[in-house]
This record gives sequence, structure tokens and C-alpha cells, in this order.
Amino acid sequence: MLEIKCPYCGKRSQNEFSYGGDADIKRPELGKEISDKEWDDFVYFRKNPRGKHLELWHHVAGCRQWFKVSRDTSTHEIFKTLKLNEEL
Amino acid sequence: MIQKYRLDKGGFIERNKQISFSFNGKKYFGYEGDTLASALLANGVHLVGRSFKYHRPRGFIGAGVEEPNAKVQLYSGAKTEPNAVATEVELVEGLVAKSQNCFPSVSFDFGEINNFLSKFFPAGFYYKTFMWPKNFWYKIYEPVIRRAAGLGVAPLKPDPDRYEHKFEYCDVLVVGSGPSGLASALAAAKNGARVILAEDKSRFGGSLLTDEVTIGNKKGKDWADETIEQLKKMPNVIVKNRSQVFGYYDHNMMVMFERTKDHLQNPNKYTPRQRLWYIRAKEVIASTGSIERPLVFGNNDRPGIMLASAAKEYLRVYGVLVGKKPIIFTNNDSAYDTAIDFKKNGINPLVIDVRKDSESTIIKEAKNLKIEIRFSHAIANTKGHLRVNSATIGKLNEKKSDFQNLEDVSCDCICVSGNWTPTVHLSSQSGNRLKFDENINAFIPNQSRQNESTVGSAKGSFSLKKSLEEGFNKGFEISNKITKKNIKSSIPTSNDRSNDKHDKFWCMPLPKNKNYKRCVDFQNDVYVSDIELAIREGFRSIEHVKRYTTLGMATDQGKTSNLNGLQLVSNIEKKIVPEVGHTTFRPPYTPVTIGAIVGREVGKYYRPTRKSPMHLWHKKNNAVFVDAGLWLRPRYYKQGQETLHEAAKREATNVRNNVGICDVTSLGKIDIKGKDSAEFLNRVYTNAWMKLPIGKARYGVMLREDGVVFDDGTTTRISENHFHMTTTTAQAVNVLAHLEYYLQVVWPELDVNVLSTTEQWAGAALAGPNSRNLLTKIFPDIDVSNEALPFMGFKEANLFGVPARIFRISFSGELAYEINVESGYGVFMWEKVMEVGKEMDIEPYGTEALSTLRIEMGHVAGSEIDGRTIPSDLSLDGMLSKKKDFIGKRSLDRQGFIDSTREKIVGVVPLDKKTMIPEGSHLVQDSKASLPNPKLGHISASCWSVEHNNPFSLAILKDGKKKIGEKLYALSPLKNKTIQVEIVSSHYVDSKGERVRS
Repeated sequence: MLEIKCPYCGKRSQNEFSYGGDADIKRPELGKEISDKEWDDFVYFRKNPRGKHLELWHHVAGCRQWFKVSRDTSTHEIFKTLKLNEEL
Repeated sequence: MIQKYRLDKGGFIERNKQISFSFNGKKYFGYEGDTLASALLANGVHLVGRSFKYHRPRGFIGAGVEEPNAKVQLYSGAKTEPNAVATEVELVEGLVAKSQNCFPSVSFDFGEINNFLSKFFPAGFYYKTFMWPKNFWYKIYEPVIRRAAGLGVAPLKPDPDRYEHKFEYCDVLVVGSGPSGLASALAAAKNGARVILAEDKSRFGGSLLTDEVTIGNKKGKDWADETIEQLKKMPNVIVKNRSQVFGYYDHNMMVMFERTKDHLQNPNKYTPRQRLWYIRAKEVIASTGSIERPLVFGNNDRPGIMLASAAKEYLRVYGVLVGKKPIIFTNNDSAYDTAIDFKKNGINPLVIDVRKDSESTIIKEAKNLKIEIRFSHAIANTKGHLRVNSATIGKLNEKKSDFQNLEDVSCDCICVSGNWTPTVHLSSQSGNRLKFDENINAFIPNQSRQNESTVGSAKGSFSLKKSLEEGFNKGFEISNKITKKNIKSSIPTSNDRSNDKHDKFWCMPLPKNKNYKRCVDFQNDVYVSDIELAIREGFRSIEHVKRYTTLGMATDQGKTSNLNGLQLVSNIEKKIVPEVGHTTFRPPYTPVTIGAIVGREVGKYYRPTRKSPMHLWHKKNNAVFVDAGLWLRPRYYKQGQETLHEAAKREATNVRNNVGICDVTSLGKIDIKGKDSAEFLNRVYTNAWMKLPIGKARYGVMLREDGVVFDDGTTTRISENHFHMTTTTAQAVNVLAHLEYYLQVVWPELDVNVLSTTEQWAGAALAGPNSRNLLTKIFPDIDVSNEALPFMGFKEANLFGVPARIFRISFSGELAYEINVESGYGVFMWEKVMEVGKEMDIEPYGTEALSTLRIEMGHVAGSEIDGRTIPSDLSLDGMLSKKKDFIGKRSLDRQGFIDSTREKIVGVVPLDKKTMIPEGSHLVQDSKASLPNPKLGHISASCWSVEHNNPFSLAILKDGKKKIGEKLYALSPLKNKTIQVEIVSSHYVDSKGERVRS
């Protein structure tokens, strides 16, 4: 079980959080004309890297804030956690 | 009661507390402080079980967790426990144990015929033999094999015991209380760290319990006792015995299994049986010690043949002689400890040593005691059916490939020692890639991947001096990283017998023309010949050899066998062991009960139960409840002997004719505030929200980004920038997380706040033609006429002094309202409504009637919003705004979604107007078509239409709208039904929706 440092609450066990996928995915702007490929890339296609990955987590059983986690997907090492408006 | 093999004194047992127990139906005596194993050995019992496959008689090999053979069944009935390890079971009055895997008894077992036929059962036998004919596997082969090769018998009754979970945090977790563990814990604790010290056994001290050593002028055991006392007094230390740290998980999450009850003579009724500890440790020090390896020789698995270290432990800790005519068979110095202990207790051992000689002090001590030693000798074979009675001994030739001058020497036990294997399981689980240490011929931890370090013999440091040094140094170094107090403890002087000389020769040759079985894995019955066969048949990877032969795959996880197996593979393949590699160490290190893993989360505590404030009222009025997610909701209110369907029909009819009341508290409610709230709703829902007037509600549908319908519900504008959203019961939690995601991650610029208010409001739906009459009587102060409170209208009002919200919304399709009051007033509201509604024949209705009403109206719910349907499938096309973008809109243009023949919602009526169509039935054109019969759709929900007085179902049907009027078949192989049906509109009642507006 991972130990994740919520940027608002501090270190908590993984069972307080839910995973939210790749943090680098940006939703296309509303109303913008985009190709099928761009839309498919947003909805379906994800990299599945072995190693460093910037991802979203939601502190569901806590402060209910979404935040970013830089994690190694093979060792589970967490390098840093950030608020959404912070950059790595 | 004479225990023939118990010494008059010695050991740490309570000799004034005699305990009686039974084994295989016979009564024996032991002492408090014994294990089942030590008490049996004190009575001269070595035969405890039969081997897994060949049913060979087996006895004790070890004295602790490493024991592969002595698995017993404890007690009977609900309390029975299979596969208990006799070396770990502490003796209590009235303990009942019996041998497993034997019939009719352990000394006469029919299954032993397998041993004489063993030529026909080599490794991989099952894969080769039982392949044909195919259907014989399930019916004949598997059941027979399972019966013959079973372990214990699982209990069939519910577990009467209680189990607990505990969460703990510490700076340093020290696993194992041998010399290095005690030193680490003491050094870390004195340096101010929060320490947990965990010991698997009931007694602390590890090797100090059995070794003749001194630490700081004290006997080793006394030093251990004093250190434990000192640690127990420190407020920053938790000391636990009978606690096995069995798993190393991510980020130093350690899981520990504590045995809290079974050893107690008179346990309290509420004492938990076992406790599972989740420990988040900043640092872990594994001082897990090492386990002696057996030597491999002909018939080395007879009862009476055991590890030299185990014999020493039985003697030193329990005052038990494992035999009176012992042979010590070794390739190293450490076994001489056992020989000396025998000698000092008046028993003359014979030592067989494969080495030419040894200069160690311990050998000199043995020689001085006139112990008979035969160097360059080995055991080729043993004899004795139910207990070893002689060994065939010979001189090894120069290459150690054959024997000279074989002779039989009688004995009643053989104590073997083939060197020591560091217990590296925890470090390996932590991600530490082990390295092979040529000096000790075993794997030791290498580079730590987490905050983990290993000390003492677990790291291959077999001398006491080194163990203590490593312990004190590591304990200080690790704790100082955390506390930075720089309080260093001094390392006491120590003195032990130097006994670390050894030979790498461990697998004895077979004498010419002899084909003795040489056992490698005792629990899974894997012999040298099986491993040779696997390699002959082409298995190369150690992981494959393991699976083909089942080497190390039993419940002991190969604690005594893995390394011997690896060495064997490396010998045969002429590779060095590190090239062969090792198999993966996985948790748990020792077996853990399912009860401990589950803890208190059983039965009704499996998950939380949510109840509405009116729950007790429902209960008093004969409600039969149903699980709706975590909620308990009334399914129907039972009157007399009526069935579910009769009750649902009665309740639904009363709604259509008079008025009914339904508890809708469980619907998700979300408060939405902020100046961009309307804009946010406009993006989240598929329809338009900007112009919704204050005091009005609107029905909305939400999609996922992939265009699939996510949830639906009504949202009401309370004031300009304040909305009240409702969701389905099932999706309430997910909708909130969905809204938070978009507000925080995607559109942080929007000024909106969302908050769940599900539990703040108690909700009741009033539905039926009389509902407005009822409302006028409940709220006499306000105008609730159709003009003042039209369909989708909202008013705040006063319910007999209690503030209430009235929404004119309808799920039943009737003229209907929903009243919300603060939760605490829920019962007050409900009782008032019932009281006032009496004259209008009000009746409560449950979820079954609610479903009936919505199904015949064609309103969709969870069974249609099933994660696969898009708005047009559910006839919700009219809800899609063309003027604005919203979540998921772009996906609706996908090719598969604009296909006109997609499955769409329709109504279904059985032609006989009598037969209920089972939910989940498939709709097909031809009921007799050969399989697979093409599926056109499925029945999503069924009810008895109270309006038409016949069954009615909703279905999702391929090209459904075009099939209205057609006749198809509904097939339910589960219920064995074939029903001819007609496809109709999904709006079976009031298709124009006039009633809700009346």
C-alpha cells in the first residue's frame, strides 16, 4: 500500500485516495472544432510508461482535492506531489 | 505420567503445570510452555504424518516455522483448523490434534501403496497421464487425486472467533529478537526512535535460547531477558512476541500476524484470536536469522531424521531428547553443538562428518569429551519404516562420488546439518535483489530498494560478535537518521564457540546399483530424481523446474528445500548457483488465516450500512428491506401473507388510484453554489441550463467523455447562483467526484463550489392523483395549485413549523411531489404526511412498486443506464442541445454511435399476457435456431403493469423502434423459459405525459 503525501493534508495511506490517470492529458477546449484523431487521443489513448509518470490522484476519503503525483510506475517510488497549479 | 524422553531438568517449560492433550485419539501429557511437537517428542512420538504424494511416513524435521512435515488438524467442528504446524502450536489443556493425509491411520495408511508404485508417479506425472479422455479430468481424475493428495480439512461451519486489525506507525521496525535484533532495537530505542520489536516465537532471544554464549559477562539468555525487560519499560518501544511479520509491501508497509488467543489456557470470551497489524515503518531492520538446511541422502525423510539445530532446541528449550541413540550427520561445525549437548546429558552421539577434519575449537571440545567422530564419512541410506532404526554408513572416496566399506549402524534419530540459509524473504519482498555469497553458499541481501536493512545471520554474519556489532551499529545509524540525537550505546563484549567452518558438499552419492529416494522438498515430496527428470525433459529456468516438480511450492514455501533444489539444478547443469538464480519470494512468509485477513469486516460489518432517518418507522411497519448500494431501502411493506409481487401490485395500484409515499432519502443530493453555477451545469448536462428560472427544476442527463450516459436526475435553481442537484442512489458518490474533477482539474477558472448534502435532507415522494389534495392540507399557508406550483416547480414552505422544500417532480409518471426536510425532522414529516393522508387512503410504497411505476411509464433507470447506452439508445435525443458543447458531445458523432440499427429502448409484452419475462432474457427471432442463436437485444427490466394488468418489460433491442409491432421470442436459459412476445412502445402508460402536468 502506497503512502501518498497529499499537498493539503500530508502523508496518508493509499486507501484514502483514488487514481485519476495521466496528469498531462488536457481536455480540448469546449466548442473547438477538432479532428477525430485529436478527440480519440484525448478520450482513449494513454501512454503506459514504465518509469516516471505524472498522474492525478483524488483525496476522496479526505479533503477531496485533486492533485498531481510524480511516481515511478515500476518501483512505486513517489518523487513529488504537487497542487494542480504547481509545476514539476 | 512418565514422559520417557524428558530430561529431569533444563528447558524453559513450567514443570509444575502438567497439561493433557490428545494426538490421534491417544492421551498424552506435556507441560505448559511446550509446543505440540516438543510434547510429542517428550513422549517418544516421531511419526506425525504422511507425505503429500507417496504417503511416506514422516516425522518432525524442525522446531519452528521451517517445519515441512508436521502439519496437523486441530480440534473438530467449527473450531477445527487444518494444516496447523505442530512446531508452532503451543500446548493448552485439552488440545486435540490428529494427523492429516492418511487413512485409516498414520501408522497404517492405504495411500502408502503410492510409495511402492512411485516409479509411475514421477514429476509431471499428472500432466502426462490424466490428459485423456478430456472429460475424465473433472469427473474422475481430479476428485480422486484431490482426496489422495489432500492436506487438512477446511471447517464447514462459520468461524466462531473474533479477529482484529490494528494500524501502527514507527520509526524502526525490528523483525526478530535474536542477538542482532535485540541489539538493533536497544540501540535505536536508546537513541530516541519509536521502535517496534516483533518476535515470531513465544520466547524472545532467538539463538540465545539455545547457544552456549556470554554477552557482557552474562549468559546469552539472561542478557536477552534483561534487554527485553529494559525495552518493555521504555515508552517509545512496543515489544511483541507470537508476532510474525509476514509481508513487506510498498513504501514500508509491513504486515504482522499476531497470535493472541490459542496459547491461553483460559481465554476471555472476547479475546480476539488473532490480530493483523499494518505497520508503516520509516525504517525496517530485518534480523530474521537463518534456517539450517538438511543434507540429502538415501531415505533421508524417515521419522527420527531432523535438523541438528532442531534437536538442540528441543533439548535446550524444552528439556527433551529427540532420541537416545543419536547420529549427528554434518558438513560443518555448528552441528557439534548438538553433539556436545547430547554428551553432556549422558547420551553418546556418533558424529558423521563429510569433511576430512576440522581444526575449530568446537571440534577440539568434542574430542576432549570423547565424542566418537568419523571424518570423511557419510550416510548412504537409512532403514526403519515408521521410525529410523539404522543408518548405512560408509567412507567417502576422494572425489566424494562413492562409498567404501558400507556398514549398518543402529540409531533412533539422525540429526543433520547441511549449513545455514539466511532468511532473506522480507528483504527480497522489499525489492532487494539478492546476491549469492560463495563463502556461505547461500543468497544474502544486496542493495536495498526501500528503507530496509538486514543484520545478523540473515545477512550471513554467523558469529555472535558480528551479529551484535551489526545490530548495535545499524540500530544507531538508522535511528540517528530520524532522531538525530547521537546517543550511541556501547557494544557489550561477547564470547561464543567459533563454529563457522564448513564444507560445500551436501548431496550424498548413491552406492552402486542402488536407487534410494533422496528427498529435497519434504512437504511436496520432491526427490533428487524428480529434479533430474525435469532437467532431462528440457526445463531450464528455475521457475519452470519449480512449477514442474512443485519444488518449494508447499505451505512451508521451501524454507528447508529451496536452496538445496537450486544447488542441485546448478550441479546438474554445471552452472554456478547465481546463474541459476532463485525463485521469487512472495508474502506471506508463513501461512495466515483468512479470519485475520478479513478481521472484523464480516457479515453485517462487511461494509457500512446507510439508513434513512425514517428507517425505524419502515421497520415498525413491516418493511422488507433491499440493498441499494450501501443503503437499506424498503422494498415493500408486507401485509399478512402477501408475496413481493402481490405487495408491489397493491402499492403501485394505490399510487395510480389514490396517493402513495416513498422514502427517497437515498437519492444523491449535491449543493452547487457560485456565480458560474449555471454555466457549469450547462457544460455537465446535455441540455440547456442558462435560462432556467429561479424556483424551477429541470431534468438533466450527464454523459461521460466517451458519450455513454453516466447519470440522470433533476436540478433545481434555488436562487440566482444556488442549485440543488439530485443524482441516482447508485452514482451519487461518482457524480460528486466527477464534478470535482471538472471544477478542479479542467475548468479551475469557474467560480463554483459543490458539496454533498445527501445526508442533510430527508426526502419523501408523494405520488398519485390525490397528492395535491394532500399537499394543500399539509401546507395550508401556501398555494399549491397547478398554476402556482406547476410541473417542475419548486417552493420553500413551512411543514407544521418545520422548514421544508417542495419539488413538483415525478418518477412514477403520476401527479407527484417531493418534500425535503432537514434529516432530523424526517420522521416528523413522514408521520404528519401519513396522519393527514389517512383520509385519502395513503399507503407507503417501496422500491418494487417504484420500479413498477417507472417501468410502465418507460422512464429509464440503472438497468438501462448500464454504462453501454448513449442518449439516442434511450430515446433521450431530445435532451441533447444543438446550440452548446457539453461533456461527451464530440463522441456522439462517432461512427458506431450514429449507426441507425443500434440497440434502442422498447417495450415488450408477452403474447399470453400472463408470463413474466425474466430480466436478462435474450430477444431472438427464432426460438429454435441452432446455437449460437443471434441475439437481437435483452430484457432490462420487468414488472406487472398495474395499469394494463399484464406483464410488461423494457428491453434494449437492435433497431428497436422499427421492430415495434413485431413478434419475437424472449429466451431465458437460466430460468428455462421461452416466451413469445410483442414489441411495443416503451411508454406503456400515459404516453403523452399528461398526468404529471395535471
